[in-house]
Amino acid sequence: MLTDARAIALKDLRVEAASRVLTAQVLPFGMLVLILFGFGIPPDRRVLAAEGDVSRSVLEQVAPGLFWLAVLFSALLAVNRSFAVESVDGNLDALKLVGFDPAGIFLGKAAAIAVQLVALEIVVGIGAFLVYGPPLGDVILLVATVAATTLAVAFAGIVYGALGAGQRLRDTLVPLLLLPVLAPVLLAATRATESALFGPSSSGWPWVGFLGAFSLLYLGAGIVSFGSLLEEA
Amino acid sequence: MKTEVVGTGSRGTRIVGSIALVLTALLLLFGLVLSPPEISQGDAVRLFYIHVPSAVVSLYIAFGVTLVGSVIYLKNGSVFWDLIAGAAAEVGVLFLGFALITGMLWGRPTWGTYWTWDPRITSTAISFVLFLGYLAVRRLDLDPVARSRRAAVLGIISFFNVIIVRFSVQIWRSLHQGTTLNPADTQMDNSMLFSFFLGMLAMVATFAWLLMHRFRLAWIEHQLEEDRLATAIAARRGEASTFNPGTI
Repeated sequence: MLTDARAIALKDLRVEAASRVLTAQVLPFGMLVLILFGFGIPPDRRVLAAEGDVSRSVLEQVAPGLFWLAVLFSALLAVNRSFAVESVDGNLDALKLVGFDPAGIFLGKAAAIAVQLVALEIVVGIGAFLVYGPPLGDVILLVATVAATTLAVAFAGIVYGALGAGQRLRDTLVPLLLLPVLAPVLLAATRATESALFGPSSSGWPWVGFLGAFSLLYLGAGIVSFGSLLEEA
Repeated sequence: MKTEVVGTGSRGTRIVGSIALVLTALLLLFGLVLSPPEISQGDAVRLFYIHVPSAVVSLYIAFGVTLVGSVIYLKNGSVFWDLIAGAAAEVGVLFLGFALITGMLWGRPTWGTYWTWDPRITSTAISFVLFLGYLAVRRLDLDPVARSRRAAVLGIISFFNVIIVRFSVQIWRSLHQGTTLNPADTQMDNSMLFSFFLGMLAMVATFAWLLMHRFRLAWIEHQLEEDRLATAIAARRGEASTFNPGTI
């Protein structure tokens, strides 16, 4: 299973490296979303922070949520892309014919998406710090949040991407299916990031735990169900 | 090729439908006439008799049936359970939409707003979209078996998603009342309590009635598809048997 996963992940990443859809389209899209939020939310308006005597710009205060929204929207593109690659020439059927373990295909595709998401999060994250200018509090909590959220989005994304695989309607179906599922992930990632930036760290760790549990659930769901999902895709 | 079922009505649906009708009539009588208005909410409390039952029937009974049907379908490939799962989800989404609308109408006079970011409301709205997604997958243009298998996997995951969403929003905020009805400390007027239970029974009966009709409709569609396939196969066979190599 793990050898299969490795092969699939390397294949997906090679396809990505050759086509450069991530760097040429998904990353710019993520940055664009960051800028557009600045147009939607007045950048020079200030609010009183929850801690009391500090005042921040609205954008700075809601930066964690905007960052994760930008990541989620961009992740939708990456997930769709991950299955668009497979639906050409009945590629998924071919993979099964070769004898790849469905669980291996799931893990491999999830790993490839996770790598791309990390790249996306680093770039969009630096962008968010530059554009919205929040403080950086607890780096360890921030890294843990990003890691747990990446896994949660990757596992759930690949399960739901497979549901829409081989479909004309995939582009509209996957967001409809995936976004409500990721709503708790957005909630948890935003709360944890808020604690990492503005403190206190202690209120962020339970959310990281929640994200970890969510990832494990979808890891299990993907390994068990991928065989059924790929059938006659 | 004859289809055996010609309508969605049967003895069973007529009996259940009559029960639902009688219960709904009784609910109207008790909910609107015989039970008193509440002290602080006034007549708005009457929405409670339909709002809570429709949410309960949808989230617990309908989506529960979808979960059970999906599990059984994945185990033995029974078309019956696949169609039951789909029919229950469809009626469940209808009931949940009804619960959301009545909830907003109820929230306006009692809380002064149609919407609050309360855990139950927020998670219900997301569950509504989750199951709309399930229904969208059921309508995908795929091979019927592949479609049913995907729908079954989604039906199972969606049920647990409802729990995850609920849990996450719950820790996020906790504003209004906990459990809707705790028999130990209810201070409701007896006729109000009776109206509520009447509402539960009426909603369950209506759900059962709609489920039966929706299932039978799905079953007829399934038979039609099979018949068409059988006709096509028979036609090809007919061509093969009349084929005469000497004419080439």
